[in-house]
Amino acid sequence: MKELLSHSLTMTDRDLRRLARQPWWIVVTLVQPVIWLLLFGPLFKGIANIPGFHAHSYIQFLTPGVVIMTAFFSGGWNGMATIDDLNRGVVDRLLVSPLRRSAFFIGHVLQTSVSIIIQAAIIVVLAYAMGAHFANGALGLLVLFTAAVLLGGSLNAVSNGLALIFRREETLIATLNVFMLPLTFLSSAFMQQNLIPHWMQVGARFNPLNWAVQASRSAISSGTDWGSVGTHLGLLAGLLVVCMAFARRTIHTYQSSV
Amino acid sequence: MNQQRLNGNAIEIESLVKVYKGAVRALDGIDLVVPAGSVFGLLGPNGAGKTTAVKIASTLSFPTSGTIRVAGIDVVAHPRQVREAIGVVGQVSGVDVNLNGRENLRLQGLIRSIHGRELKQRVNELLEQFGLADSAKRVARNYSGGMQRRLDIATALVHRPQVLFLDEPTTGLDPEVRTEMWQEIERLTHEEGLTILLTTHYLEEADRLAAKLAILDRGKVVATGSPEELKQELEGDTIHVELREDAPDGTIRAALENVKGIRQLDHDVRCLRARVEHGATAIPLVLQALESKGLAVDSVSVSRPSLDDVYMRYTGREFARADEEGARQQSPAGEEKR
Repeated sequence: MKELLSHSLTMTDRDLRRLARQPWWIVVTLVQPVIWLLLFGPLFKGIANIPGFHAHSYIQFLTPGVVIMTAFFSGGWNGMATIDDLNRGVVDRLLVSPLRRSAFFIGHVLQTSVSIIIQAAIIVVLAYAMGAHFANGALGLLVLFTAAVLLGGSLNAVSNGLALIFRREETLIATLNVFMLPLTFLSSAFMQQNLIPHWMQVGARFNPLNWAVQASRSAISSGTDWGSVGTHLGLLAGLLVVCMAFARRTIHTYQSSV
Repeated sequence: MNQQRLNGNAIEIESLVKVYKGAVRALDGIDLVVPAGSVFGLLGPNGAGKTTAVKIASTLSFPTSGTIRVAGIDVVAHPRQVREAIGVVGQVSGVDVNLNGRENLRLQGLIRSIHGRELKQRVNELLEQFGLADSAKRVARNYSGGMQRRLDIATALVHRPQVLFLDEPTTGLDPEVRTEMWQEIERLTHEEGLTILLTTHYLEEADRLAAKLAILDRGKVVATGSPEELKQELEGDTIHVELREDAPDGTIRAALENVKGIRQLDHDVRCLRARVEHGATAIPLVLQALESKGLAVDSVSVSRPSLDDVYMRYTGREFARADEEGARQQSPAGEEKR
């Protein structure tokens, strides 16, 4: 256990150093959420006037969606770095060392968590400046960040696992796009759940991105349903465990193919 | 972490077979014994299976069948213990180009539970030894090819392994840097008693560095011994002839068919290489035979047997040509390419 922790932190440290040397990467990943906030916010302002829409303003409604989607994509694209590591022989060198296999993925997840928290903090500050309110104070934000980290971490593990299976950038990009894009829209990230078509509502129920959006939106709005927040966070934690287990298995798949 | 010297055999490979998906038989039952404390060369053209053998012995890839023990430990049953005992420098550099030299070394140390002052000391020692002390804080992305290679080897040595795998360590390096690398490899075995398994497709490299070598061809070991032994087994000389113009198909072989004393012949349209009993006697006969078929000769030379001749004796083809063929076959979807 001590070794697993030490190895995981060693890997996190490596990934964070890489990130620190490419600080522009954080900026790049923030371009999209900022565009969502700055453009979608005013563009769909009128949505707040639709009968049955509960939030005070669309910005208020959109903010948790933007934070969660940013975490979702941050985690999801993380496998690209692993493809780079594969091409450079870095993965092979790690695999012929006594490195604990899980530490390889835990390291990536922890690094992604750090970037997600930085990104989420920036988005929250921006949204606040644009007039969004956050109910429940620090606790609400804690739920928002936790949901973002659990979801981003899960995506990160899947992405890195797929990277080891596919070993090619093109295949990884194509695969990730196929399931990440639909999941973003099959959710209440942009539109209140009861206002989207029925079949989408059903789909959204099984969509982890939606779990994270629901939990965090409820936690930062007044009249929080803590039971539902807890359930959704629990589901997300379970997802992370499943995704890590999947990732761990891909090492064997990779080693069988080289 | 004091280095234990190995006694006896560092690596033992028995009937190793590796079949890749799509039925590529990369290794077709190889047996090898690598004695401890010296450089063992695995020589073969591109695509012979050298890298596959290293990947399996270093616990990266799994064998289809056969047994492999490294430092006395079975690689399939106890990969973790094997990993503690080995250092690996792959064909593709394993240097993390986003980290600087010191960070690369530290990372390997931390993975191997070397911490604190001990780690710092070892890292400094290696930076000094491999001439990287001045560039320790530079990100490895900005290192030259030679420097990256040196860092690569240094990171494989942080934990003082008993066996070091070097998979084509000098491929892609300038001749000058290559010579430096050779000196470093020699120093590692002579001064530190390290066992090194070195794969190469440079005959000259194998000849210079390997105390013993195995020649690998199409997934099989075709010969083993010291470079000297292998060359001495070949009696006679080798003659090389270069023609003035390309010869029509079949004419070279036809011309030399009945020349006495030719043991083996390999040629393309322009050059031929023949192993003969006695160079001085064979040359006039060969020239006469070629000219009688209207093949004008540009140059002739005679030499003592080289590793190239050893390779040719066992495989029937010239090394350089096999190497090119192997590279060609590999480039679309080869076994050693990822």
